[in-house]
Amino acid sequence: MLRRALSLLLVATLGLVLLGAGEQDPSARFGRVGHNMMCVCGCSQILLECNHVGCPDSERMIGELKDQLAGPSGAGADSLILNWFVAKYGASVLAAPIRGGFDNVAWIVPVAMFILSIFGTAILIKLWTQRRRTALVGATPVPSRANDELRARIRRETEY
Amino acid sequence: MNSHPMPEFGSFSLLLALMLCTYNLVAGAWSLWSSRKLVGGSAEAAASSRLQETARRAGIASFVAVSCAAFALVWAAFTNDYSITYILHHTNRELATAYKFSALWSGQEGSLLLWSWLLATYGFVLRIRHKVDVRLSAYASAILASVQVFFLLLLNFAAPPFSIEPGPLAENGFGLNPLLQYPEMVIHPPMLYLGYVGFSVPFAFALGALMMRYPGEKWIHITRRWTMVTWMFLTCGIFLGAHWAYSVLGWGGYWGWDPVENASLMPWLTGTAFLHSVMMQEKRGMMKSWNVWLIFCTFLLTLLGTLLTRAGLVSSVHAFAQSSIGTWFVWFMGLVLGVCLFTFFKQRDHLKSENKLESLVSRESGFLFNNMVLLAACFTVLWGTLFPVLSEYVQGSKATVGAPFYNRVNLPIGLFLLLLTGVGPLLAWRSTSLRAIRRNFVLPGIAVGLSAIGLMAGGIRPWKAGDDWQAQFFSLLAFSLGAGVITAILSEFLRGANVVRTQTGAGLFSATGTLMHRNTRRYGGYLVHFGIVVMFIGIAGGAFNQSHEQEMGYGDEMKMGPYRLVCLSYTQDSNPNYDTDYALLDVYKNGKKITQLAPEKRFYHASQTSSTMVALHSTAQADLYVIFEGRNPDSNHPIIKVFLNPLIAWIWIGVIIVVAGTLFALVPNAIARRREATQTVALPVVAEVQNA
Repeated sequence: MLRRALSLLLVATLGLVLLGAGEQDPSARFGRVGHNMMCVCGCSQILLECNHVGCPDSERMIGELKDQLAGPSGAGADSLILNWFVAKYGASVLAAPIRGGFDNVAWIVPVAMFILSIFGTAILIKLWTQRRRTALVGATPVPSRANDELRARIRRETEY
Repeated sequence: MNSHPMPEFGSFSLLLALMLCTYNLVAGAWSLWSSRKLVGGSAEAAASSRLQETARRAGIASFVAVSCAAFALVWAAFTNDYSITYILHHTNRELATAYKFSALWSGQEGSLLLWSWLLATYGFVLRIRHKVDVRLSAYASAILASVQVFFLLLLNFAAPPFSIEPGPLAENGFGLNPLLQYPEMVIHPPMLYLGYVGFSVPFAFALGALMMRYPGEKWIHITRRWTMVTWMFLTCGIFLGAHWAYSVLGWGGYWGWDPVENASLMPWLTGTAFLHSVMMQEKRGMMKSWNVWLIFCTFLLTLLGTLLTRAGLVSSVHAFAQSSIGTWFVWFMGLVLGVCLFTFFKQRDHLKSENKLESLVSRESGFLFNNMVLLAACFTVLWGTLFPVLSEYVQGSKATVGAPFYNRVNLPIGLFLLLLTGVGPLLAWRSTSLRAIRRNFVLPGIAVGLSAIGLMAGGIRPWKAGDDWQAQFFSLLAFSLGAGVITAILSEFLRGANVVRTQTGAGLFSATGTLMHRNTRRYGGYLVHFGIVVMFIGIAGGAFNQSHEQEMGYGDEMKMGPYRLVCLSYTQDSNPNYDTDYALLDVYKNGKKITQLAPEKRFYHASQTSSTMVALHSTAQADLYVIFEGRNPDSNHPIIKVFLNPLIAWIWIGVIIVVAGTLFALVPNAIARRREATQTVALPVVAEVQNA
């Protein structure tokens, strides 16, 4: 029954996933690239989110982004446009460390930590439980009074 | 020479508080050290006890002294005493009364004074309630006094709030930062500080318990309420800040991953981990070292947060509070870490676990995974915050680590945490049988699957979203997992309520009420989890945000989602505090006028800075968020930017549920009360029998 319900769920999900092919929205590129850059006016805001009236930089930078997208760089990858901005404004114009080299460390370390913590914990628990089972094999049987105490302890420990 | 009675009174109070706290620390530590091997009832023990009592009273008196200093600063703000530099720089005559009060924490010196006053208040409560455990309280009191001495040293010598402004007395002040002139700013910083400072108390108890090799887990029972209340304040503080950013900064978002925001999030994450893992110590005597280090780290992270904002290590929108006191914090953090390490290694044999984990599929393992995920999230935030410094050191140029980094890295971690929120409570202590897994997880599993199918059928199809596929994919996951977790929580309530119904014959609602009352901590916890899920749903709505910017003259229209905005008028106004420029917009939905919004731009005279006042129409489905961006210099027409932010109101509703759940968990439950009542009757009977 359960297996059948799960199979049905899987088939229905796959059916929906396969509905229609992916569509690319070219106008979204402006938003994507613009959201990968910071405004350089010192407001610490994403370029397309800078809302300072009379901001000395964001309007000009947005214009430059539009020019880049319309120009020869627009036909290439996003990195070409981003590199143009890095060359003009410095690395701090990028909203995230994406220059390669040491910047990759920024991405690798947290992901590695997360994976390591999850799998490391699982392996550690597995080892602890195996060691405990091995120790229990050679243990002497618990007398009945100790059983009562154990029951009381279990009640206390599993109260919520 | 001019006389300045109020600043002199404030300075004197701070100096007096420093002396009293130093006495509390020295006398308290000496009495504890000298009495550690004394036999109760001896003359030396009585003398040591008297010394300890004087230390406690000095601690209580220090609260009065710091309160006087805080009062002096607030009084100076209300009476426009511009002889004080701090008041001159953070207030002006035209400032509204509530904001004059908030001047206390609008600058560095004031915020340090607020920190110190809150610490003194917590210390006051701790010292008044010392009978809960006199010796442990004495240890905690001395440790809190040492923290207080550090802050009072800063206030007396490094960042004095009562410095006198040289030269002739100014007629008016420079005014409060316009961004802080918002109602939430009157409560956001105190809430945040209550959370930050509050973690000093469980830290002091944990360190004290370790120093004195406190037997058993009673210190956890004593500090449980402190930790929960502190956590609740920090939660409120963080989300009030997020709501303030949303309502005031005018960029359409609520969380920008600014270093100061990160600084508040890190202790919240470790504090949350502590609240969970401490249950394992309470119930099963496990994870003792882990818990001690979690609370040590939480306290250190509150100090690190202050260091990050004060030392100018990383750039932040809260940079107004930068100064040279960062060096003081580095030394103090080093000292605290040193004391923690020394105490831990000296007493580590006291922290041996009484039990071992018995199964990978158990409540204990669930807690451990939850802790690891929370710590991974905390590490990611810390890593992202410090990476610019690291990259400058390695590469010679500072990399920016902004929202795109945090969103990409933290989203999977957050979703895993959401999954654990649902899975953890369904697991049994010690070990969960396959039968129990099947019984408990079928319904939530079906809910996840059905909601995913329903959402995809309803139009959330990441594979068709182009560049937005990642955001839509994660939101689909969040909604589906959220549905699963809510089902798991509801089924837990229903299962328990059915048992109560069988026992008492009561109706479903009455049985649910009885069930919750029987174990407030457990069901309060479920409410908190429910609130977290609701918040996740609100956050996931961000994948569908829309925005549009347009110049709007009289009668011009703009469409945004189901709304139509019509510009009715635009004008300028002025009052003694600021000039304002605003537009009046009628909002229509389905052809019917539903509200009128007036986004404005203010220019504050005293500080010569401008600020946005967002106009907001909030519903459960979406927020219509309107900003007055400025005027087109050619046409003089206002430029209006509109955001449609779906589901955002659920974030704030989720926070309210989290707070309500925490408050409910703080209520003593019926089982505990019954047990206490039984004990009070039973003990004398036992004593009588023994005497006979």
